[in-house]
Amino acid sequence: MSAEAVHAESFIRRYLFSTDHKTIGKQYLLTAFFMGLFAVGWSILIRIQLAWPHANLPLLSRLFPGLYQDGVLLPERYLSLVTMHGTVMVFFVISFALVSGFGNFIIPLHIGARDMAYPVLNMLSYWTAVPACILMIASFFVPDGAAAAGWTAYPPLSALPQAVPGSGWGQTLWLLGMALFIASFTMGSLNFVTTILNLRTKGMSMFRMPLTVWTLFISSVLGILAFPALTAAAIMLLLDRHGGTSFFLPSGLVVGGQVLEHSGGTPLLFQHLFWFLGHPEVYILVLPAIGIAFDVVAVFGRRPVFGYRTSIWALLVIGVLSMIVWGHHMFTSGMNPYLGEYFSVATVAITVPFAVLGMNLIASLWRAEIRLHPAMLFALAMIAAIGLGGLGGLWLGTASSDMYLHDSYFVVGHFHFMIGVVTAFGIFAGTYYWFPKMFGRMIDQRLGKIHFWATSVGVFFAFIAMHFLGLGGVLRRTYDPTAYEYTASVTWLNLPISIALFLAAAAQVVFLVNFFWSMFRGQKAEANPWEAATLEWTTPSPAPHLNWRELPSVFRGPYEYRTDGRAAGYRSQVVPDEPPAEVRA
Amino acid sequence: MTTVAMGSSETAAPVAHWQGGVSPFAVSWQKLMMWIFLVTDALLFAGFLASYGFVRLASPAWPEQNEVFPMLKIAAMTFVLITSSATMATAVGAAHRRDLKRAMVFVALTALGGLLFLLAQATEWATLIAEGARLTHNPWGPAPFAAFFFMITGFHGSHVLIGVILLTVVALRLWRGRATGMGVEVAGLYWHFVDVVWCFIFPLFYLL
Repeated sequence: MSAEAVHAESFIRRYLFSTDHKTIGKQYLLTAFFMGLFAVGWSILIRIQLAWPHANLPLLSRLFPGLYQDGVLLPERYLSLVTMHGTVMVFFVISFALVSGFGNFIIPLHIGARDMAYPVLNMLSYWTAVPACILMIASFFVPDGAAAAGWTAYPPLSALPQAVPGSGWGQTLWLLGMALFIASFTMGSLNFVTTILNLRTKGMSMFRMPLTVWTLFISSVLGILAFPALTAAAIMLLLDRHGGTSFFLPSGLVVGGQVLEHSGGTPLLFQHLFWFLGHPEVYILVLPAIGIAFDVVAVFGRRPVFGYRTSIWALLVIGVLSMIVWGHHMFTSGMNPYLGEYFSVATVAITVPFAVLGMNLIASLWRAEIRLHPAMLFALAMIAAIGLGGLGGLWLGTASSDMYLHDSYFVVGHFHFMIGVVTAFGIFAGTYYWFPKMFGRMIDQRLGKIHFWATSVGVFFAFIAMHFLGLGGVLRRTYDPTAYEYTASVTWLNLPISIALFLAAAAQVVFLVNFFWSMFRGQKAEANPWEAATLEWTTPSPAPHLNWRELPSVFRGPYEYRTDGRAAGYRSQVVPDEPPAEVRA
Repeated sequence: MTTVAMGSSETAAPVAHWQGGVSPFAVSWQKLMMWIFLVTDALLFAGFLASYGFVRLASPAWPEQNEVFPMLKIAAMTFVLITSSATMATAVGAAHRRDLKRAMVFVALTALGGLLFLLAQATEWATLIAEGARLTHNPWGPAPFAAFFFMITGFHGSHVLIGVILLTVVALRLWRGRATGMGVEVAGLYWHFVDVVWCFIFPLFYLL
């Protein structure tokens, strides 16, 4: 009986309720793409509204009767679109793909484990995430529409069902969906941390792990430490909404001419709890993307990563600092200026470890023999995005300049660079890089390059331009950008921004076609098509059940590449050191 | 140095080069995972308690706890719960020595302590509700006072309840001779955690 027959499992066991980390990783990745279709779709509707705020759109009205009325996007639905675009992108696309998707797929393969520490918990994690997705999508179909209080769900807007149409059932479903997401993410993080600490193969010390694993490790730890604060906030918000409590509601609130009975609470508490998660969440998403960039840059540049250990220390410092800077999202909330000063200084201090990471990425290219594969292109463009996003971050992290820029399009442009472009490019780089290992076939490079250039031109133009909108005073979440005369000198930018983003969105169609076509029709992949040194390339493509026939032993670091002017050489992590001369003799 | 073929079967490298593979804390993954879970759970309670502190500091006045809670009863509850940690530790020790019968008796005693605590908690809730405490308001002070009380003690109580169920299962498994020392220890970790959380709730909510 062949090994295939031994592992012959039913379709359901193999593809639906699988406990194999690789299948779960792919499930997360595909779910992320599926949710991405919604999130990108919503952003297209947002951009249509901003580019042509006064147009009559009977076709969209017919397609989405709940969102449009007489060819006009309803303002309250616009707020729902903005809210859900943010929520779904952050938690259900980027987090799914980068942390849960690549994390599940690559951690055991990178550290030489057969599976996660607790595979059943891993499966449970995915199947907790699925109902969370369903709740989020379903919230568009309840009376009064999806949540409309912004992805930050600030009370009192989110706490009072009568405050805004989306604060009814939509907000409740949003909270329940987030609760399930947090449960799922926590289960995943428990597995990641335990697996990385306890299941490394012989010879795989912490300082021989690829940087992708390091970043996923730090992300998981941050998730474990930060998400409980949001859980607490979500529970209290649910109680405020449905239990009549006043955790976040001060006395004297008036809605619709009626004074509410709530008293004694403070909405500021929610902001603290939310951003105690919210800020580390940015790093939870950005760090794995940077980790992937390091791996990709080393493989396609044929050079060892510059400053491997300093990168790890920088990552650890970023992890610590990310937990103590949440207040920089609240400079305008009326906090004590001394506290704001502290949060400013701590925030700007993050620049130092981040610059170390960026410089190490750039220095890794020194004397490199760059192979411009799509994965490499995305990794290189990501370095640019880190730089641009980081520069904007300096303006926003400094309290005095943030006072002016807060809640403006400058913020929108900034965070779309950091948790939009950096993370999305991380997802793409990882997908192009690991595609052969995932599906046993090569992904088409030409389509990949089209995808890269169209995406890059679109997003870099659009998000740089948004910074100028913000400097001109345009506020985020504005339904009608022409409403204020004083912004007229910059709002013309909305049309080119929309067109640039439509181009980027169209590029994703190319990507998806390429992805699915290559999955079934691509050229068969060898075990190690990139001549990469890390462990996942020592097993056939696609990686078999339980990953290796015999677990590999590790003898060296992950980045032993070398260009000596003649040939690109590398040593896989499993290659033993050459024995001393006397042994050989 | 040029490309080295993969899987080249040269002489195996000296073992002295082996650096990893040993878990840094020398614990099983089950125990490690429970520890990490307890960290996140502890932070959930920390979130609640910090919120409580935030709202209390922002409130102009706060009720005198002595006048609201029967402190002697709360102290007795605390005593019972902390004692149950001692019986739990005895059970873990016995289970590691494979003295399963003794372990079972002490796990059952621990569960009994948890049940007593829950019973006292339930009567305390009933008394306060009879005196007019609600999620929305209360007769003693700012509305969030009772809301925080019900939420924090409710969450802690549900943790105790889960612990009692867990311990019952462990006791049954010990009775059938199927529980391992590590299984008892992991359940014990959870139980000690529930205790430690109370050690924060008790002073922060009832005493300060």
